[in-house]
Amino acid sequence: MTDTTYSLNVNGADRPVAGAWLGESLLHVLRERLALPGAKAGCEQGECGSCSVLVDGVLTCACLVLAASAVGASIITVEGIGPAERGEMTIVQEAFNDAGAVQCGFCTPGLIMAVHDLLDRHPDPSALDVREAISGNLCRCTGYGRVLAAVEVAIERSAR
Amino acid sequence: MDVSVPRTLDEALAALADRPDAMVLAGGTDVMVGVNAGRQTPTAVVALRAVEELRTWSVDGDRLRLGAGLTYADLLAPDLAAMVPALAQAARTVGSPPIRNAGTVGGNLATASPAGDTLPVLLALDAELDLASVEGRRTVALRSFLTGPKRTQLRTGELIVAARVPATRPHQEYRKVGVRNAMVIAVASVAVVVDADVGVVACAMGSVGPTPLRAPRAEEWVAGRIDWGTGVPDAGVAAEFGRLVAEESRPIDDHRSTAAYRRHAVEVLARRALESTLAGVARAEAA
Ligand SMILES: Cc1cc2nc3c(=O)[nH]c(=O)nc-3n(C[C@H](O)[C@H](O)[C@H](O)COP(=O)(O)OP(=O)(O)OC[C@H]3O[C@@H](n4cnc5c(N)ncnc54)[C@H](O)[C@@H]3O)c2cc1C
Ligand code: FES
Ligand code: FES
Repeated sequence: MTDTTYSLNVNGADRPVAGAWLGESLLHVLRERLALPGAKAGCEQGECGSCSVLVDGVLTCACLVLAASAVGASIITVEGIGPAERGEMTIVQEAFNDAGAVQCGFCTPGLIMAVHDLLDRHPDPSALDVREAISGNLCRCTGYGRVLAAVEVAIERSAR
Repeated sequence: MDVSVPRTLDEALAALADRPDAMVLAGGTDVMVGVNAGRQTPTAVVALRAVEELRTWSVDGDRLRLGAGLTYADLLAPDLAAMVPALAQAARTVGSPPIRNAGTVGGNLATASPAGDTLPVLLALDAELDLASVEGRRTVALRSFLTGPKRTQLRTGELIVAARVPATRPHQEYRKVGVRNAMVIAVASVAVVVDADVGVVACAMGSVGPTPLRAPRAEEWVAGRIDWGTGVPDAGVAAEFGRLVAEESRPIDDHRSTAAYRRHAVEVLARRALESTLAGVARAEAA
């Protein structure tokens, strides 16, 4: 089988991918070829949301994107969601931290992406909007209570 | 090119003719699951994501043309949802927000799962599908397009371009039962479309047969038992309609549910869907 060579635009930078198999998912390429392990491989079938990224501004499961077909798209991962300075966090990330919404942390990058996407579209979402927005993110640890609390904190702080 | 990302429909059809082995990729929410699990090993891919004309919809007289590349999120846009509210209801039940952002109508049609959520609605609307290949174009009724579980009339090298449905039938409803509200494949589902002008009720059900099914006997029975001037059915009609629809279902036991529960669910869903669509007719007549 022939190897595929292409370039992806990830977090604002062009990243060459060489010698990949054409069936590789964006999730696999990000984690295994581009050293961006923020998006997590939970189920690789669209069920858990731990791999969520933005593709051309649209919240997407990276595991269901064929990497080679994402050429020309702008891809933002959790590594690129925040301020450029390393170590600085977004309001959403800080809210998760402060509200105790991070336990093992496996689901956290996906939830951060989903909550950013929600607040970008609806700065003042209803409780139902919040639940719907995170309905594709599975968390084994928190029981979601702290996650919902973190979103409340993020909404409050964003409004300031 | 092993992976092509054409920008026009003609380019896509040419790419497919060039590589008959190619896997057609729209939102990837069905095919990538198989690829990730190693059940499918594509040797070539034609990705439709950049084909803008597949992502459009338009109204021509009383017909609505839905491009195959419309996503579930697109179907939720208020102007589309006003014309085909049951399709928006169905779209809202699919997966989760990221799945709705990626998954398309064309992918749902081509996958032809008995549980595909757009299918009962499109079937109750007597949808016609526009298909195209380099050989030419043809139109096929959805009713005959779906030939079995995950089986369709689609030929190698052929793409679904659009589905065409009536634009002027606002009294319609889709109801679905599953184990929770999000991220759930239908255990049973029902679509009801009422055309009060000509006194016709159309009903289709999902997950209770090898393909989504219409309920022709129940449809014919109920049409004569509604006062079409007011939208009010005779006493007991909605309940009997539910029973008749359930009689026409052909459910099986599987890992998601039992045949007996599915038959029961279809009865309840059909009754409620008829009641609420007729209530809509009554409100419109009173206004
Ligand atoms: C987590 C998850 C939850 C889901 N939940 C639901 C649900 O609730 N209800 C539901 O109905 N489905 C559900 N699905 C299934 C899937 O999302 C839908 O069937 C979706 O509509 C598929 O569309 P797609 O664009 O992603 O198709 P793809 O995966 O890209 O393609 C699917 C098939 O269609 C073919 N195809 C795509 N477009 C065309 C075209 N224009 N012409 C010809 N062939 C074409 C492809 O070759 C492939 O065989 C779910 C999937 C996942 C992963
Ligand atoms: S890894 Fe993509 S949704 Fe679970
Ligand atoms: S914190 Fe462990 S899975 Fe969510």
